Amino acid sequence: MNKIVKTVLAIAAIAAAFAGGAYLGRASKSDMVITSSAGGAEYSGGFKAEGEAAEKVKAAANAGSLKSVAGAPGPHSVVVKDGESILQAVKNAEPGTTIRVMPGTYSETVYIDKDNIRIIGVIEAGRRPVLDGKKQLNDAILYSGNNFVVENLEIRNYKGNGVMGQAGNNFEIRNNVIVDTGVYGIFPQLGQNGVVEHNVVSGIADAAIYVGMSDNVHVAHNEVFDSVAGIEIENSRHAIVENNYVHDNSGGLLAFVTPGLPIKTTQDVIFRHNFVVNNNTKNFGAPGSTVAGIPSGTGVLVMAADDVVIEGNVISGNKVAGVIVTDHGHAANITVDPESEPNSDRVRLLDNVMLNNGYETIPEGKALLLAEGKGGKNLDIIRVGPSPGSCIVNRHQYVTAGVGDFGECDFTHTANVSTYLLPPVPPRRSTSASAARSRSSASAAAATSTTAA
Amino acid sequence: MPSRRRGDELSIRSARPLLLACLLVIAAVAAAVTVTRAGMHPATKAGDGFVLSGRCPPSFELMAGGTCELRDRYQFYDSLQGRGVGGTRTSLPPHRDGFRPQQIDLGRYLFFDPILSGDGTQSCGSCHRPDRGFADGKPRSIGVHGRDAGRAAPTLWNVAFLQSFLWDARASSLEAQAPGPLFSPREMGNEPARLLRSLNDNATYRRLFRQAFPGSGDTITEADVYTALAAFQTTLISLNSRYDRYAHGYAAALNEREIAGLNVFRSFVARCAECHTPPLFTNGQVAVIGAPEPAGHPFDVGAEKTFDAIKLRGGFKVPTLRNIARTAPYMHSGAFGTLRETVAFYNKGRGNAVPPGETLYLHWHISSPDLTATELGLLVDFLQTLTDEAFTPEIPQRVPSGLPPLDNPKESRT
Repeated sequence: MNKIVKTVLAIAAIAAAFAGGAYLGRASKSDMVITSSAGGAEYSGGFKAEGEAAEKVKAAANAGSLKSVAGAPGPHSVVVKDGESILQAVKNAEPGTTIRVMPGTYSETVYIDKDNIRIIGVIEAGRRPVLDGKKQLNDAILYSGNNFVVENLEIRNYKGNGVMGQAGNNFEIRNNVIVDTGVYGIFPQLGQNGVVEHNVVSGIADAAIYVGMSDNVHVAHNEVFDSVAGIEIENSRHAIVENNYVHDNSGGLLAFVTPGLPIKTTQDVIFRHNFVVNNNTKNFGAPGSTVAGIPSGTGVLVMAADDVVIEGNVISGNKVAGVIVTDHGHAANITVDPESEPNSDRVRLLDNVMLNNGYETIPEGKALLLAEGKGGKNLDIIRVGPSPGSCIVNRHQYVTAGVGDFGECDFTHTANVSTYLLPPVPPRRSTSASAARSRSSASAAAATSTTAA
Repeated sequence: MPSRRRGDELSIRSARPLLLACLLVIAAVAAAVTVTRAGMHPATKAGDGFVLSGRCPPSFELMAGGTCELRDRYQFYDSLQGRGVGGTRTSLPPHRDGFRPQQIDLGRYLFFDPILSGDGTQSCGSCHRPDRGFADGKPRSIGVHGRDAGRAAPTLWNVAFLQSFLWDARASSLEAQAPGPLFSPREMGNEPARLLRSLNDNATYRRLFRQAFPGSGDTITEADVYTALAAFQTTLISLNSRYDRYAHGYAAALNEREIAGLNVFRSFVARCAECHTPPLFTNGQVAVIGAPEPAGHPFDVGAEKTFDAIKLRGGFKVPTLRNIARTAPYMHSGAFGTLRETVAFYNKGRGNAVPPGETLYLHWHISSPDLTATELGLLVDFLQTLTDEAFTPEIPQRVPSGLPPLDNPKESRT
């Protein structure tokens, strides 16, 4: 048995060597560049905290507490039991309150329009507090306050979102199980400095985790599946998406610029060390939605986003392609925005493991492969539309289409970039002179805000 | 000169500049007093009684340099990328202020003076009426020649915060917008030469312009007219509705139904807040939503023409919802008479009013949200909380031309 395997492998190796040699023969004008990612040059781009914030980031990194962006818990604590209302507890809470939610079923929309509230589920022997929207309620958690934390909940059967944020800074969304909550599972929007980690999200009609128009976000250690899009970084800057298990969606990891939004760019995104596997689920996105245009079978999709680094991911079994890089012009269902730059500039494809992708690709992919003399091969990486300044490491490892003009990358890893998070950023306080002149009345306003829900 | 943004001036002044500032204020007051006296002096031919105010409108602070700067509670907050869109406590977009009080007050006279129209029958205020939320209550405005202007008069509340103007976003400043309605034969029907002639023939206006624009010479120019109109319009500030009080932290400002309506509004099921984004309740973008034209009206291509972009065919600027309860009927051509009809349109499904044969790239937020009748009612309740007209300016009893300030004073003042 063992011998047969060895023999087969040997034959395969010879065949591969022959094919490879033939290929190299044809491509001998440009020598194969083999780059070792061990000990190579580090990433010099990306977000860098400045001044005092930089010192705090460094200190926090050394203390191992990088993921705490909402600051220390406040002095107050209440317990909500099965049969009671989480919303009522929020309404009664002063900023700085931790609301512990016991196992049970809560059917409500909980909105948080004040700062420093933590909603922490208590998991007892595997039983979580369940927010059940019964397919009648729109959203489970809707926050606009700063320094908001939500942990340990199970959220099911809502029509809109599991957790949706509007402009709250310093958010932590952690350890939640979110199933079939409508359009998005976790959707922080228009916020700065937030963590989305250790959540399990599935059955979502758009993106399981959707970071929209936000800055400095860390998305890590989540499992997202059975959704149209796994993790989407849209019109956002300085995002690290790492160590997630992204499987059985229509599209796995997405970095987009969506036209027509008031924030016009997606820039500086690192997709690293994720498992992006078998994202072949039939696209059940709503007609007209941006994600409805994603071909089922897409591993990673970059559209009009700039400075996206794709590093160290295991990208396998995605039937259309492992990585698609494109622009607004080639996306049929995308409108235009005179203020948005439509191309994906400076995509950096570092070493990734790519297996068994593109075995049932779209006609455009087949045509491009054919044009490059690679007809019939399984497509790993395809680029359609301009992508200036892009690069790829060890291109010989993959079946590619359209990346002929990608250069070699001048770095091989981002190990030097541990986070784009910041110490808690000030909660929406203006630094303008006008505000400073009348700050005393602001304090008065803050003092009366304790009654706000 | 007017500034495009609030400045980053020093927040703390040393004693000496403070003293200087006080002196300048005193000087400004003295100047205002002088002007008032001069107005009564026969040598200046100012027996007409028109005096430009030296005071800034409410919500504006008179600065040492003699200009007015806006003060509002949203200035205590910031926003992502400074774009002024977000949630409850988010700063507003960059705004226009920094005009002199005299420019603002001159703009008020001009705004209400029918001398600006070709036949002296309409002022800006005819279609932007203070008692109608600075719209006109008509589906589409009617110009001086009785012609349908084609689109509805948009509200002017909070225009200081906008970056583009007119329904199809073809003007990028209030000054650039002004010639549109002034010289359109379907609207005010004037011509530049005639406008300048009629203003320069008017001794009162010559005097008032000299006072408002001391460096501009003796002849009234188009630029000064547009600046004065812009100065006035940027003072139409509406930021103290019951919703605002809720947003700043006073939870009892809204009742339970209204809060429930807010939650429908900002939920991703209805998605209203995705384009009508707080705190301005517009994100300032162009959106193709497929709203219908009234029966018998041709399809309006909107922003397709402005940007020469087929994908923006039928696109219009997202209007603010502030004071929306005061500005029926709704949409670019006044297709809907009530807020209830309007929210129902969005609920009837994506593309429900797209004419046969038209291919529109509808905005992805136009969906089929399947809101319940109850939820539609809650939305309407919430929209009523965005009303604040406390800073409605005073309509002048008379204007320098001697014409009636509004085309139909009786109707306007009810």
